[in-house]
Amino acid sequence: MGVTKYNLHCQSRYIRRDRDWHPPPLAPRYLSTTYRSPRHRPVTLDSTVADITGPVFGHDKIGPNDHDLLINYAKPGKSAVGERIMVHGRLRDENGRAISGVLIEFWQANAGGRYRHIADTYKAPLDENFGGCGRTITDEDGAYMLRTVKPGPYPWPNGGNDWRPSHIHFSLFGEGFAQRLITQMYFEGDPLIELCPIVATIRDKKAIDQLISRYDPQSTVPMDIRAYRFDITLRGRCSTPFENRLEGN
Amino acid sequence: MLDTVRKSIGRQLTLTALKSKESPSQTAGPYVHIGCVPTFAGLEGMFGGVDLGSRMINKNTRGERITITGQVVDGIGVPLKDGIVEIWQADHAGLFNCSRESRGRADPYFMGWGRQPTDRNNGSFTFETIRPGQVPYSDGRLQAPHIQFWIAARGINLGLHTRMYFGDEERANQDDPVLSLIGDEHRIQTLIAAKTPRGFQFKIHLQGDQETVFFDI
Repeated sequence: MGVTKYNLHCQSRYIRRDRDWHPPPLAPRYLSTTYRSPRHRPVTLDSTVADITGPVFGHDKIGPNDHDLLINYAKPGKSAVGERIMVHGRLRDENGRAISGVLIEFWQANAGGRYRHIADTYKAPLDENFGGCGRTITDEDGAYMLRTVKPGPYPWPNGGNDWRPSHIHFSLFGEGFAQRLITQMYFEGDPLIELCPIVATIRDKKAIDQLISRYDPQSTVPMDIRAYRFDITLRGRCSTPFENRLEGN
Repeated sequence: MLDTVRKSIGRQLTLTALKSKESPSQTAGPYVHIGCVPTFAGLEGMFGGVDLGSRMINKNTRGERITITGQVVDGIGVPLKDGIVEIWQADHAGLFNCSRESRGRADPYFMGWGRQPTDRNNGSFTFETIRPGQVPYSDGRLQAPHIQFWIAARGINLGLHTRMYFGDEERANQDDPVLSLIGDEHRIQTLIAAKTPRGFQFKIHLQGDQETVFFDI
């Protein structure tokens, strides 16, 4: 009866998050985690319908320039100040499957390292033609692209002389709410990456490497804009036949 | 025992099949409002001046209107003023508005997803939504009505999944398979929103004696 239906749900559950790959809740060098880190281990649950489904954002919700931070906050005919770059890549799951039609949001500091935010009082000036956020929806191959200025590094209060490497924040939806992820993208060759306490919350060097975009001369547009490549992976679903047979027993 | 064997076999098969690991998480940082609720953050006119997820219901949405208010507080009781809270829930009949929902078609006037900033002054958040219907657990048993919550902020290295249950659904809460799994009554209470004259009050504690139960889903 209903059994078949629920087995289907089991088969489409997500591969467990590897919590050694992700940063742990408490990271002593990143002081903000001190009182914001849960001390209990999270309770492990089977995926339910709520986890394998997720919000769907239609293309109709997204404007034609939403992905273009060079102009999406600029006055008509103007553009943000800074190094013109595009960032592009593919969104896939852990099984290598393209994730199409899902929302990606991004935000960043301006070229001087200043955010358009009431709480950011860094000396670098605001750019009246730069808002600092954008969004897009992945195409049928899971590809996405954004245009922006390269964000500047900036100092932050963490007890010492800490500077954030240039970075862009990414918010990713995927197809199921269990895939929800926020992360940051860094730039190849930035000496601040190695020194950053927030980067260092990730313990595995290979994991950090996944967040570093590469300069992409092939996609760089002559006399216009340099390109960086940044592929993103979200959780995949368990779909091994053996496992499903066992689940069904 | 069989369960352990099953898990370890499943894990091995899964690992060999993986093409790539999940991209590791990084904190949403202190300026997540710029990226996720830019209008609230003061970027006037951005994206048409409407933050995604800020309105969940309209006059056509079916179901009982409810207001959920709350706060996210840290381990020393200080409210987070720089975070975001997202919710994902079933419609009045227990169906999700998603093509992967196989049990029926959800209310087309209810997306089921909402997102609110925690307020810059007092850290509070408010959702105007509907009471969700019941949804089965993985084994087919019905769960008590509940809403999925996800929290991201500075100092949170990996977004936190939790659930809110309703204080006036005592009977259903008692039979809920997930609450039963938690077992400890004190911890179960961290997931149950109190009914007040103004709706439901849900306080999320990141740490401390009242630490909310978070889930690995």
